[in-house]
Amino acid sequence: MAKKFMYINRKPPYGTIYALEALEVVLIGAAFDQDVSLAFIGDGVYQLTKAQNTDAIGQKNFSPVYSALGDYEVTKVYIEKESLEERGLTLDDLQHLVWEDEDEDWAEKDSIRLVSRAELADVLDEQNVILSF
Amino acid sequence: MKISLQINEGPYQHQAADSAIQFTKAALAKGHEIYRVFFYHDGVNNATRLAIPPQDDRNITEQWVELQKEHDLDLVVCIAAAQRRGLIDEDEMKRQGKDANNISEGFRISGLGQLIEAGIESDRLVVFGA
Repeated sequence: MAKKFMYINRKPPYGTIYALEALEVVLIGAAFDQDVSLAFIGDGVYQLTKAQNTDAIGQKNFSPVYSALGDYEVTKVYIEKESLEERGLTLDDLQHLVWEDEDEDWAEKDSIRLVSRAELADVLDEQNVILSF
Repeated sequence: MKISLQINEGPYQHQAADSAIQFTKAALAKGHEIYRVFFYHDGVNNATRLAIPPQDDRNITEQWVELQKEHDLDLVVCIAAAQRRGLIDEDEMKRQGKDANNISEGFRISGLGQLIEAGIESDRLVVFGA
C-alpha cells in the first residue's frame, strides 16, 4: 500500500540550496507511486512566487519546474495561509499550479490548497513520512 | 522498529551529524533496526576520509565507519549532492576522469531513490539538520 509522503518546504528559493535539492527529491520520489503532498510554510512560500528572475545572482531560475509537478502526479500542494499573510503575499503572487485529472477527461484542476496553520497541522498528522527541507 | 535517518548537514559546522550518530547508537542499544542512513545536502561531507579534525576532537567520519562495521549499517551518500560538492568514490573518479577520490570505506554512493525507498520500507524516517 502506498504511503503518504509529505515534503515540507521551509526555505526561500535562493540563499541556500535546500529548496532546489528538495525539488530534486520530489521529482525522483514521484517515480515511486506514493501518495505525495507538498507544503510550503514560512519563507518556503517564496519558492512559488511568480516571475522570479535570477540573472543578477548568476544562479539558475528553477521555479518553472514547479509548474511541471502536475505531470509528475504531484497534485496536492498546501500553502500555509498565515505564512503568506505574514509576508504580505496573496495567492495571486504565486504560480498557478494545476494538474489534469485522468478520471474526468483530463479536466484541469488546481493543485494549490490554501490552508490555515491549524489545518496544516491536521494534514501533517495524517502523513506516514515527512521530509522537511 | 525499523528506522532510517536522513542527514542534511556536514560535520563540525552543524550538530546534526553528531546527533544522528548518538541517535543511531541509542536506537541500536534499544534493539531497533537501522535500515539505512542517507546523507543529503551538505550531509554528504560526512563521508570524506580526508578530513583531519584536531586530535582532541571527535572524528565524525571514523565514528560512522566504526558503527558501520559493528552493525553492518547501510550508509548511502546521494550521488547528485555528492557530485556537486566534490565527494566521489573510485568508480566515479574513473567515470568522470578526475584525479582523486575521497569517499571513505563503509559508505556507498547511490541515488535519491534510496531515500524514498527508505521512507517506504521503514517504520520511521528521522531527519537531522536543515
